[in-house]
Amino acid sequence: MVTVAPGHWAELAGFAKETLGCCFFSFLTAVDWKEQGLEVVAKVDNLDDGLAVMMKTRLGPGVSTCASLTPIYRGANWMERECWDMFGIRFDGHPDLRRILLEDTWEGHPLLKSYAVDTPHPPYR
Amino acid sequence: MKGPIPEIPAPIWRNFKDLQEWELLHKTRPVDDKHSVLFESVTEGIHSFPGGFVVTTAADAFLNWARKSSVWPVTFGLACCAIEMMATFCSRFDVERLGMVPWASPRHSDLMIVSGTVTIKMAPMLLRIYEQMPDPKWAVSMGSCANSGGPFRHGYHVVKGVDRVIPVDVYVPGCPPPPESLLNGLLLLQEQIKHFKRTGQRAAPNEKVD
Repeated sequence: MVTVAPGHWAELAGFAKETLGCCFFSFLTAVDWKEQGLEVVAKVDNLDDGLAVMMKTRLGPGVSTCASLTPIYRGANWMERECWDMFGIRFDGHPDLRRILLEDTWEGHPLLKSYAVDTPHPPYR
Repeated sequence: MKGPIPEIPAPIWRNFKDLQEWELLHKTRPVDDKHSVLFESVTEGIHSFPGGFVVTTAADAFLNWARKSSVWPVTFGLACCAIEMMATFCSRFDVERLGMVPWASPRHSDLMIVSGTVTIKMAPMLLRIYEQMPDPKWAVSMGSCANSGGPFRHGYHVVKGVDRVIPVDVYVPGCPPPPESLLNGLLLLQEQIKHFKRTGQRAAPNEKVD
């Protein structure tokens, strides 16, 4: 498990892929630590050697932009779109950052802690 | 310039008592009622004819019997409740002996069994499928999720009960309801259809249990 500053995020991913041989992109998600800001979590695997690297970066309070891993791992494309959908993190360098699960007209990012439970969504709730 | 207003003498048939009543009935129809000249339907016309209720009530009983004996549910599974619905359709519980054939088209179906969680993204599609079904049509809300949102009630994307989208006739409680439960709900629905009113109004749904 490696935690880096957001500035070295793409650099770490490149190191994991080129040097450590972690070619398999397992998942990418985020954690909302309320006042301490958002944290992006990604896991990559080297399936040949049985090596797994969990990468984390703390974006800091109030920050919602992060470097994209899509130029390095193509598998990160939809994961980052989901992360944008649910947490509102903008990934710089992502080729096609749209909502993936919710409809395009959705307001807000529901997995943030600041998103109120039972937010009304007319006409159905 | 206006011409003189012609005076049309009242027709002789106005003197007949029955036809005056007929005329009165014609006048007491609602003003914005554009789709029928005199009666809501042929059945209503026959019913208001002297002695006609004998025909219509007998016909109603027959039609309701025919309707309740061939309720075709559209195969519309949303979540884990659909597994129980499939079990109900299959040979062990066998709703086909009640005249129910799971049909793969809403255009040939009479009943929609909403089996599972309805998400906000799914609700417009559900409504569209319901609207594609020809009248008379019924809906069964199966399971806690369709009744009220169930365990996912406070989720950001869940519709809190399918009765916010379509009118529901029978609520089947359970999470998920076993096939016996759904079977009981379908029998309840048949009982409702049997007493379908001449006015075409729906019977009140059974008591909703969250």
